[in-house]
Amino acid sequence: MKGAHMSSTNSFTTTDPVPGPRRGPDPTAFLDVRDLRIHFPTDDGLVKAVDGISFTLERGRTLGIVGESGSGKSVTSLGILGLHQREHARVGGEVWLDGEELISASPERVRQLRGQRMAMIFQDPLTAMHPYFTVGAQIVEAYRVHHRVSKAVARKRAVDLLGRVGIPQPAKRVDDYPHQFSGGMRQRAMIAMALVNNPDLLIADEPTTALDVTVQAQILDLIRDLQEEFGSAVLMITHDLGVVAELADDILVMYGGRCVEEGSAQTLFRRPEHPYAWGLLGSMPRVDRENRDRLIPIKGTPPSLINLPSGCAFHPRCPYQGRDGIPCRTEVPSLAQGSDHGVACHIAPAERRRIFAEDIAPAL
Amino acid sequence: MSTTTSTERAAARPATDDLLQVTGLEKHFPITRGAFIRRTVGAVRAVDGIDFTVRSGETLGLVGESGCGKSTTGRLISRLLEPTGGKVVFEGRDISHLSNREMRPLRREVQMIFQDPYSSLNPRHTVGTIVGAPFRVQDIPTSQGVKRAVQDLLKLVGLNPEHYNRYPHEFSGGQRQRIGIARALALRPKLIVADEPVSALDVSIQAQVVNLLGDLQRELNLTYVFIAHDLSVVKHISDRVAVMYLGKIVEVAPRDALYATPMHPYTLALLSAVPVPDPDRRDRAQRERILLTGDVPSPIDPPSGCRFRTRCWKARELCEREVPPLRELATGHVVACHFPVEEAERTPGGRAAAQQAAASVPPATTTPV
Repeated sequence: MKGAHMSSTNSFTTTDPVPGPRRGPDPTAFLDVRDLRIHFPTDDGLVKAVDGISFTLERGRTLGIVGESGSGKSVTSLGILGLHQREHARVGGEVWLDGEELISASPERVRQLRGQRMAMIFQDPLTAMHPYFTVGAQIVEAYRVHHRVSKAVARKRAVDLLGRVGIPQPAKRVDDYPHQFSGGMRQRAMIAMALVNNPDLLIADEPTTALDVTVQAQILDLIRDLQEEFGSAVLMITHDLGVVAELADDILVMYGGRCVEEGSAQTLFRRPEHPYAWGLLGSMPRVDRENRDRLIPIKGTPPSLINLPSGCAFHPRCPYQGRDGIPCRTEVPSLAQGSDHGVACHIAPAERRRIFAEDIAPAL
Repeated sequence: MSTTTSTERAAARPATDDLLQVTGLEKHFPITRGAFIRRTVGAVRAVDGIDFTVRSGETLGLVGESGCGKSTTGRLISRLLEPTGGKVVFEGRDISHLSNREMRPLRREVQMIFQDPYSSLNPRHTVGTIVGAPFRVQDIPTSQGVKRAVQDLLKLVGLNPEHYNRYPHEFSGGQRQRIGIARALALRPKLIVADEPVSALDVSIQAQVVNLLGDLQRELNLTYVFIAHDLSVVKHISDRVAVMYLGKIVEVAPRDALYATPMHPYTLALLSAVPVPDPDRRDRAQRERILLTGDVPSPIDPPSGCRFRTRCWKARELCEREVPPLRELATGHVVACHFPVEEAERTPGGRAAAQQAAASVPPATTTPV
């Protein structure tokens, strides 16, 4: 049974050629994800949750992955950490962390790296932490898995970190259970747990979605400070464009398991070129601008990952599909490689810029 | 305390166009101990003496963080809960303590839209049954039958009328929320209390539902109480906004006035914390952001005087001693603060000073519940 699965995974990895003129091997990149594919076979069909995502991330930088529910952003982050069960998920492509490939590495090796060199901050700290153990015990365990130190040393480290993430009276609160912490403090404790081994890569999956705005501001501030201090690479996964704009240097927009646009934060907010990115910006009420009469929503609903629309997955919702005979329904647009701005759209680049400048930007 | 403020407020405004008047409204949930002999050992003061009015045809936004009592307020004015104290007056009639039977005819006038479109629709009922239920419960004659009436409602909210016989699980989140809206509209209510109606939805779908709510309001002359924690959505949809903190209303103002010139320190901090979707402005936003220390105190044992004083950088001895009454400081702009925010504090320099002052407030050490 196990062997059969292994071979299917292998054949999947090897027979799938890397499509298009993707970014070549980048020996300098700290995290280099190449054509990551994560598919789940189900009774209803193959769910292509992530279907060819590539990006690089350097130490000290923050990459924001933005998308709606079901766009594949969380699955991507779990894939990098190697948290998908091999029996249920087909994982293909390559993930290079500081020169080491993780998809083909043994589960033992990935386990050594997980928690030590790469760590995760989950959305809901109440379910991510064990209710039966004290906060301190959970941080101590995370530290001792990777360091041969006594419990007393590890406990001191836990207290240090709780203080560092802004928990008042850390020496006392270290013996509290998760339910005795408020939502914001639990999220701080989880950040402390993620940071206990000084990871180089920090993945934050919707770290502030469950929190109120004032607490969200505290947590984003904390992540920013800690990144400055430890110089880690941060992968920030969120549906909230405001949160990415606060934190990210670069942004990758996902739709239907693929990347539709990538570029620097400035580029993505100042001159986005993909109609889906325009739609997201038009859908968003702004607290910092004059009120618009109506929002400009994207029509329809996000697609099912089992049965993605043919060609460009966004075409059924796109007001520009089929314009001037472009093959939106039949051909999957490749992520055209500009120097630093990738857009997967069939509309000609000059035309995209014109549409944005003349039709989209004035209405935002 | 609440009675004096309510009389002040009532005197300040003609009552003619008010659809709903709330005065001194309180809801305390008892905390009990003991299995056989239950005794009350305390109370969660979820809503603790609030006053506001809702005018006919307007949208009143009700914002605040989790646990501030905004949802409880929504349930009190739609009388899903009975208040512990104070009054809810709907169209000149005191409905605070009406029995279920007495409330029933009034349910036609006040309807709710709930947050979670997954748990607010019965999974075993078809859309037709769900949206048609109000007609049956209220025994309302429909000229061309319930089915036709339901199909008209489905069309009104942008759903396919042929989906009459489908079950909720066959719809996406946004479509389910439309079903909930259709149900709320069935009896042509005057007032709709929408409790976080778009927070469970994706951005692109959220915009569709927000637009739908706006269109329906214009078309059917509805009045909304829009409860939400998302300050951008509230800004988009509301005419006036009320800000709550720990069971109290701290500020009520016309929308533009509240966002441009917040007068309560809490409102100022809350607005400054909203992430701005503009990377070019993030440095400025961060310089001017007022980060509050610590957490919201427990509503079981709220601070004396002003409830925000434990986190407020402007708090003085008076704030500890006296509950600040809601005072009208500009036209229609009422604030419950002894030391409201002044113009100088809204300038970049003033904000930077406020930021430093707020950061130096020692965080309260009480364990939150």
